[in-house]
Amino acid sequence: MSQHSTKKGELDFPVRLRDKETKRQKTGVYFKRKVGWLFVIVSIIAITIFNFYPMVQAFLLSFQSGMGANLEYVGFDNWRRLFGDPTFIAALTNTSIYLLIQVPLMIVLALFFSVLLNDPKLKFRGFFRIAIFLPCVTSLVAYSVVFKYLFGIDGIVNLFLLNFGFISETINFLADPVWAKVVIILAITWRWTGYNMIFYLAALQNVDKSIYEAARIDGANSIQQFFQITVPMLKPIILFTSITSTIGTLQIFDEIVNITNGGPGNATISISQYIYNLSFEYTPDFGYASTVSYVIVILVIILSIIQFRVAGEKK
Amino acid sequence: MKTFKRIFIYTFLSLAAIVSIFPFLWMLVSITNKSVDVTRGRLLPGTHLIENMKTLFATVDIVPALINSTIIAVITTILTLLLASLAGYGFEIHRSRGKDIVFTVLLLSMMIPFAAIMVPLYRMFGSISDTAPLIGIDSLGAVILPTATTAFFIFFFRQNTKMFPKDLVEAGRIDGLSEIGVFFRIYMPTMKTTYAAAAIISFMNSWNNYLWPLVILQSPEKRTIPLLISNLGSSYSPDYGVIMSAIVIATLPTALVFFLMQKHFVAGMMGSVKG
Repeated sequence: MSQHSTKKGELDFPVRLRDKETKRQKTGVYFKRKVGWLFVIVSIIAITIFNFYPMVQAFLLSFQSGMGANLEYVGFDNWRRLFGDPTFIAALTNTSIYLLIQVPLMIVLALFFSVLLNDPKLKFRGFFRIAIFLPCVTSLVAYSVVFKYLFGIDGIVNLFLLNFGFISETINFLADPVWAKVVIILAITWRWTGYNMIFYLAALQNVDKSIYEAARIDGANSIQQFFQITVPMLKPIILFTSITSTIGTLQIFDEIVNITNGGPGNATISISQYIYNLSFEYTPDFGYASTVSYVIVILVIILSIIQFRVAGEKK
Repeated sequence: MKTFKRIFIYTFLSLAAIVSIFPFLWMLVSITNKSVDVTRGRLLPGTHLIENMKTLFATVDIVPALINSTIIAVITTILTLLLASLAGYGFEIHRSRGKDIVFTVLLLSMMIPFAAIMVPLYRMFGSISDTAPLIGIDSLGAVILPTATTAFFIFFFRQNTKMFPKDLVEAGRIDGLSEIGVFFRIYMPTMKTTYAAAAIISFMNSWNNYLWPLVILQSPEKRTIPLLISNLGSSYSPDYGVIMSAIVIATLPTALVFFLMQKHFVAGMMGSVKG
């Protein structure tokens, strides 16, 4: 009897408590939601003002033309002008060359290094890692100036090649349209390979060693292991690094300006440098500059979609 | 076959290490040599270090540039850490469907190429130059503002907040802390390593930023370190010893940060992908 009543009392009490709690939680959740917005609102406003609003402005500008502040709407004139503009074509071609050669070269090198450096039996592993990562601590401008001097006509690269008999007379690397591009590609690869390598090294830590063991028993050699195990296992991180590298190389500016300044002629000019020149070096034409800048936007979108598709398909 | 493979691997890695390190060695050797010796390809340390430094400080305005760069990098880093961690915390701890949508939209801003918004930004700061000169064209404020809030760091903090024990938030509430109080009193001290990693990346980005300061800063006394080095590098009769000295001085802070906080540095890079 008494037991029964206690049970009943026990039952009653928690129910009532729970009712109260839900009520408090409901107002709590409502309050929390409002407070939650307080945490994020400043960033939302700032990113809207400094990123999204300028994007809209640039889009509107791309249909305007005129010098400096005297802009008027000209419809699709700027867009038509793009295809007949030799400097734009040069900038687009150069940027595409950098992208198509540099990004794959760097990703393959970084993957290769990371696989070699992941071997625990390798001697001087720490030294090699730090050495290859070291270029990442330099600022883009600083290393660009160093590369400019290294590859100068009286630079140390020329001296080295001459002394060891690789060439019979000095090469003016930065004054030759092809060599200048090669120097730019080498420079970017020098600066960023170690950076990407770190991502792969970290990802390799999570790959189960027994998979390689099994592959070895099945008779797969190192090259087969690399393509059939390592690359598929690292696919998400390879995708991530390809996208960030692609976006980075599409916007390349610091290296070009400081190594060759776009020259000789327009042999190394990039899209970003052309936008800068159109806006701040030549008579400012903000409208046309914005049109050119939207080409980068479109390229970023298209290339990201392609990379996602490629990575998705092979799954 | 096995020894052949090993020889190949060590040769390959040694070559890569030499190529990676050589420009640094060359920089360090060059600051101790005369300009003529640098062009002669001298690779041994010389005795001209003090002379080069003296010429650098006497002929180049490196001190104001260092001061400007430091001011910009420090303020940018503080603002970035504060705003991005608040937002990352808000998006993760006070999660709601509306906020998740907003977060995805914010992430899209990471895809925006800076060259595409540089002209409108320049015009925007130009239009407020007269009313608010402190954040107008040719002001350090204008360098800081657009770089102080980036979706990347919000994403970074949100990713790291996923590992933050949510019980602590409850505990803080029970102890009577306000929502903001939980953030400042509990979240911030617990997430020290995340803040350290974000601080390193933010400081380095800001210290090395080139394009936006180049656009927005005009007077020579406002110049930052990358602008100064770029300017030195484009001179027609370069004094290599002096220029290399400037480059070494400019690289020292970031190199030091890297060596002292290597773990945080790598953790910071990783924080941007995991999750």
